[in-house]
Amino acid sequence: MSQTSSVKGFVHRRRRGAELFLLVLALAVGVGAYAAVGIGVEGSVPVDIVSYGGWLTGLVVAAHVTVRLVAPYADPVLLPLVAALNGLGLAVIHRLDLTEGTAFARQQLTWMTLGVLLFIGALVVLRDHRVLTRFTYTFGLLAIALLLLPLVPGVGKTINGAKIWIGVGPFSFQPGEVAKVLLVVAFAGYLVLHRDALALAGRRFLFVDLPRGRDLGPILVMWLVSLGILVFQKDLGSSLLFFGLFLVMLYVATERPGWLVVGGALFVSGALFAWRAFGHVQDRVDIWLHPFQYYNNATPPFSDQIVETMFGMAWGGLIGRGFGEGNPTRISYAESDFIMGAIGEELGLTGVIAVLLIYGLIVERALRVALISRDGFGKLVATGLAGVVALQVFVVIGGVTRLIPLTGLTTPFLSYGGSSLVANWVIIALLLRISDQARRPIPDLSGADEEPDEMNTQVIKL
Amino acid sequence: MNKPIRTISMFCLLLFVALMLNATYLQFWRADSLDKDPRNRRVIEAAYSRERGAILVGREPVAESVPSDDRYEFQRTYPIPFKYAPVTGYFSFFSQTAIEQTQNEVLSGEDPRLFVTKLVDLLSNDPNKGGSVQLTLDPGAQDAAYEGLDALPGNVEGAVVALDPATGKILAMVSLPTYDPNKLASHDLDEVTSTYERLDADESEPLVNRAIAKTLPPGSTFKIVTAAAAIESGNYTASSEVPGGSTYRLPQTSGESGVIDNEGRDCGTDRIPFVQAMENSCNTTFAALANELGAEAMLKQAEAFGFNSTYLEDLRPQAESVFPADMNPPETGQSGIGQFEVRSTPLQMAMVMGAVANNGVVKRPYIVDEVQSAEYDVLEKTEDSDLSQAISSSTAADLTQLLVSTVDNGTASPAAIPGISVAGKTGTAQSGIDDVAPYAWFVSFAPADDPQVAVAVMIESADIPRGEIAGGQLGGPIAKAVMEAIIND
Repeated sequence: MSQTSSVKGFVHRRRRGAELFLLVLALAVGVGAYAAVGIGVEGSVPVDIVSYGGWLTGLVVAAHVTVRLVAPYADPVLLPLVAALNGLGLAVIHRLDLTEGTAFARQQLTWMTLGVLLFIGALVVLRDHRVLTRFTYTFGLLAIALLLLPLVPGVGKTINGAKIWIGVGPFSFQPGEVAKVLLVVAFAGYLVLHRDALALAGRRFLFVDLPRGRDLGPILVMWLVSLGILVFQKDLGSSLLFFGLFLVMLYVATERPGWLVVGGALFVSGALFAWRAFGHVQDRVDIWLHPFQYYNNATPPFSDQIVETMFGMAWGGLIGRGFGEGNPTRISYAESDFIMGAIGEELGLTGVIAVLLIYGLIVERALRVALISRDGFGKLVATGLAGVVALQVFVVIGGVTRLIPLTGLTTPFLSYGGSSLVANWVIIALLLRISDQARRPIPDLSGADEEPDEMNTQVIKL
Repeated sequence: MNKPIRTISMFCLLLFVALMLNATYLQFWRADSLDKDPRNRRVIEAAYSRERGAILVGREPVAESVPSDDRYEFQRTYPIPFKYAPVTGYFSFFSQTAIEQTQNEVLSGEDPRLFVTKLVDLLSNDPNKGGSVQLTLDPGAQDAAYEGLDALPGNVEGAVVALDPATGKILAMVSLPTYDPNKLASHDLDEVTSTYERLDADESEPLVNRAIAKTLPPGSTFKIVTAAAAIESGNYTASSEVPGGSTYRLPQTSGESGVIDNEGRDCGTDRIPFVQAMENSCNTTFAALANELGAEAMLKQAEAFGFNSTYLEDLRPQAESVFPADMNPPETGQSGIGQFEVRSTPLQMAMVMGAVANNGVVKRPYIVDEVQSAEYDVLEKTEDSDLSQAISSSTAADLTQLLVSTVDNGTASPAAIPGISVAGKTGTAQSGIDDVAPYAWFVSFAPADDPQVAVAVMIESADIPRGEIAGGQLGGPIAKAVMEAIIND
């Protein structure tokens, strides 16, 4: 599995200068968008542009310096991409704040600060990602505990019909966002140990290599957990995300497409069951198919969010209305799940495609890390994290733009929401750590410094 | 593990491509239809606060946007509200009508013809300004038509349409009762709603443009169509003799209801000159002619003039003028004098008159003369076009002769203008409903030798004793005033 790509003459570069340059561009996006919001909505550059820009710059520089110090060979593109997205998200949330009179952007900036601190902490503490294999089962259990937490009376909170929140004092927290990182690590640890058994043992049935019954256990457990989330927490998005994530990692670990068939069949049957059994799933599908029938309805189900998003994005057109010129507050929750609607309306198709490309690049860089990683665990974690981002982006943006039925998930780095933002910064820290390991020169263990034996060889005349 | 990772990469690529295609579909291909969705409040609110282009008559705006200091940036105003309301329509928060509706893309600045202006506005960061629409209406003719109709006693219901026969330009279009579009364009939305509900519930239908949207029996004015069919058949000329007599029994009928008379006008006996029949508007003659020609020929002639179709693209809604198909002989006889189920809009009768004036060619009527940019540069000028050749030019000449004589010596004399030869025809159509008074019609064109204007006047009701309702007395002076306004211009 770990084909060392140490081609002779290959130069390992740190590329930290490139990262710094890209970070300047990312800051220009974030601070520029903030200024544009001020000009567009209030007619003048915001008075706090210096302190705001300074704060953002400080966070980014802190992250960059940390990477320079503790992960010098890390991928240089990921951090700028994330900084740009986070900055843009802040600006859009600030723009919605100005119309709605809320203060989400300020809170989001606090969350971002916490996220960057955790990012720094993760990089500093975790010098080698392989240490995490020790915590495979701990993380697995912790993740399941976190997922169950919202169901505990007194702790769990139901917001908008989904029981995926816990209340800690005045804060609400979505433990699922943290659980997804833990799950990736737990899956990777489990699979890297059991991949051979899963891949090789089993019998062939109808052209498909089916695994042994006892190896199927964890998969079935995961499937049941996903279904459980769906049934008890009414959270379609997370359910889909966790199961899809597990399937991807299983496939990568075993290299056997058969698992995709098994998993796909389980997913389809689960989805069909959910559709038949639960009214809210049926509503979602109906709204997806016929959004205009449920628009401006007097009684639930409503499709106002999705229809307003469609109207808004159409109204934005190719280049958008410009900050302050659109009406994104017609979409409820525009600052969280539906932030792409706001971007589509005010920044147009151009902005939407740019954001999608940034996400695409994040996924691409993460998968590249997986490809060049020298150890199986690193590969699996990187693939899993890439899968999390890709699936989450697809599920939420696809839902918002009516490509697939809407399921509630946050848009990574853009949406308002502390748990999501913090968890995503940790994801990036993990990816940078793995890429640092993958890109740094291989420690030379061959003792090449020693002179060839030649010198010591003497001809002894007897 | 690298092979499955590459497969997963391809899968992720597919996901992102799907998202991008879907976003492009939504924001590019479907954007237009979503923007036009009437439930899309964004578009309405934006349109509502935008500086819309003006609607111009002559050099004066009859609808324009002026800066406003309330929650919307501009207020739509109508400087001459009542006179032009049926044409301009209104621009309210909830909907638009008439020119405000059909020319919405130009007025709002969304029209592709305004692309350059839009680009300049975009680059100079100016708000998008709409283009202007220049109407074909002649202010003098419109004044004459409106004042003439409005001067009738009581609550007048009626309409006047004037055309340029050679081009189809609509020179005047008036409909009464009318309304104040300023009240419907108000930013006080509660007032708008209550005003609209009141107007919509009003039994006199002030929101209906009677010139194009309401059909009524055209009565004797329709005899022009019957005469046209007769001359086109080749059996008659202006100097021929036609069937006369003081009564005419419709075929296949018995009893009093099957008898048509001439209300005391002199229509001779047996055969009379065509001129006399037209001058005295002889019902007996034209009912007999219609039966002689047959339902098919009558239908063909009526449709050649534009009946049973719509043709005006600039205003909506329009009613289709009706000439029934598959009539039996008694029905055909009645249709020859514009009764039975024959129904016409004033515009249709003006077009019949226009065709007679224009050597038999019916021009497509239009009211939007030019589309202009916000700086009044002409972007597009409407070209006149032929709708059909309804009758030959010799038939047109014969009809002109008959109709001039009708003004000079006959029932249409109130429209006579000294020194100018005028062709005209009156009509007093039975409403067919017991309590409803007859409808008075008058159609004319002038000068007969070089026609500049064709007019149709329709008075559906006014405060006039039933016995005194006659197309000539009521409509003639109005038509005369409109024609004078054009000719003396």
